[in-house]
Amino acid sequence: MLLQALGKIAQTLVVLFFVSVASFGLLKLAPGDPIQIMLGSEYSQESYDSLKTELGLDQPFLVQYADWAGRFIQGDWGTSYVARAEIFTYAFKEALPVTLTLASFSLAFAILIGVPLGVLSAVKKDTIFDAGSAVLALTGTAFPSFLLGILLIWFFAVKLQLFPVMGYVSPWENFWLGIYHMILPGLTLSTYFIAMITRLTRATLIEVMEQPYITAARARGEPSWRVVWVHGVRNIAMPLVTILGLQLGVLLQGTVLTETVFNLPGIGQMLTSAVLGREYLVMQAGVMMTAALFIGVNLLVDLSYPFLDPRLRARK
Amino acid sequence: MSIQTPEAPTTLPPAAPLDTANRSRRSVFVRRPFFTIALIVAVAYLVAAIFAPQVAPFDPVQQDFNVMMQPPTAAHLFGTDSYGQDILSRVIYGARFALIIGIFAVLIGAAGGLVIGLAAGLSGGGSEWALMRLIDAILALPSLILAVAFIAILGQGVDKVVIAVGLSMIGPFARTVRGDVLQVRVQLFIEAAQLMSIPYLRVVWRHVLPNVIFPLAVQVTIRISEAILVSSSLSFLGIGVTPPTPDWGLMIAEGRDFVSFAPWMSAMPGFALALLLIALTIVGDGIREEFDPKLRKDP
Repeated sequence: MLLQALGKIAQTLVVLFFVSVASFGLLKLAPGDPIQIMLGSEYSQESYDSLKTELGLDQPFLVQYADWAGRFIQGDWGTSYVARAEIFTYAFKEALPVTLTLASFSLAFAILIGVPLGVLSAVKKDTIFDAGSAVLALTGTAFPSFLLGILLIWFFAVKLQLFPVMGYVSPWENFWLGIYHMILPGLTLSTYFIAMITRLTRATLIEVMEQPYITAARARGEPSWRVVWVHGVRNIAMPLVTILGLQLGVLLQGTVLTETVFNLPGIGQMLTSAVLGREYLVMQAGVMMTAALFIGVNLLVDLSYPFLDPRLRARK
Repeated sequence: MSIQTPEAPTTLPPAAPLDTANRSRRSVFVRRPFFTIALIVAVAYLVAAIFAPQVAPFDPVQQDFNVMMQPPTAAHLFGTDSYGQDILSRVIYGARFALIIGIFAVLIGAAGGLVIGLAAGLSGGGSEWALMRLIDAILALPSLILAVAFIAILGQGVDKVVIAVGLSMIGPFARTVRGDVLQVRVQLFIEAAQLMSIPYLRVVWRHVLPNVIFPLAVQVTIRISEAILVSSSLSFLGIGVTPPTPDWGLMIAEGRDFVSFAPWMSAMPGFALALLLIALTIVGDGIREEFDPKLRKDP
């Protein structure tokens, strides 16, 4: 089992290597000559050449990559001219916490709403409730999140004035105000996941309920809520964790849009403003962070299976 | 096991058996009423997009400062925006851009995915492993973020958005193609063809490709909605199509600043987009359930 885990980790590192080569290539492919940009409009050929040697840009691609990767791992990500800050500090201390807060809020919403909805539709299979939640789930997966965000702002913040229109307050500094500011963005981002989890839970639970151990539990005379919520729901954990890991990408790209709608200063805003300001170093940092997050979480998902399902633990 | 690529089982039949004989097949349109309605909606969008100049009551980029930000009236059914442009006309022309971008982007993604997926599925050994890790690497970035990265290199504009969204969709296509290739590769007719010493490329062309193309075509129809969503997301972020192009994402973004007193500016193009996406999702689900043997309920 340890060997298996090590194999997965090695595989992950290879994927990460590919991503890093690609995002380094992004910098190389970016339009504009970095030396020309640094020197301005008037310069001599000599100063051009000397700066090129100084920056190591006359070296072969792989040497440049190794050089860059070394600095990147050490946290030397360059400076952002728009944010006027070290990209590393800016990304980790300011942007990432916002994105992670938003993501965890929506994930919590999605599980707290999606699982019960799915269980209820599975138990009340083929009733009006089931049909209604199926329609809601379909709409939820197809509805564009940024439109939903604007509609929520219009209804809850402008019309009813229940919630703030936009802005971010860190829940680590002011817990209740932070949560208050996170409800609309969290709801916006979680809709897709609520819908997806509802569908998944329903489908899985219907299958689980036909298993012999459910019949056995019923035969023992256990109350039906216990059969469903204890014996049944426990078996949803694994497919749920798998799907959530795979759909993390959707969550991450959803944060980009939600952050723009609600003006939250996270990774998404960092990326968009980097594109508009042509800050390729910031782009690169954002791409690497997103990929590393996705790859890391999926590695954790892979490694967590034996803990979720005792049947997968290797027997000695 | 790779991070996210389930290894394809090797014993599944390659294509759907045509069981028309033993099943009393009523028309798809009767059996699936929602599919039919969704298809009609999607076709209506297509017609509106093609005949936009005939259908739209106004010029989509004609500015009229006398009628700025008017709520829906008889003259302007969807209201007007902050430049006095007729929103209904812009929504109709927007269908054009949405469908053009969606369809062409998906075709680029499918073509790229076909090449990489075929290569990965057929090569085997170390190069297959490396190609799969490459696909994993592409899949590690969500399509919107990949598209943002490509836009950073390419710049903005309709053509750039098509390329960026298309390239960002290669990953999922490559994975499905590779899965299908793995199933076909072990079939008896491939072995037979190879035993008859038919040249390898010819076996690929005549025997592997046809069995891969069909599921790919199904995937293409399913993923058009994703391409439209990603492209309008780019426009919404302000880095996709440039104004004054009547693009839905762009219109929603423009309306966002006026949401407190002119909510129709975002809502009208937004609902046009949402309705198309929902319709395309239902159509896609229907097509997948009809043609994917794994999802057939009746064996």
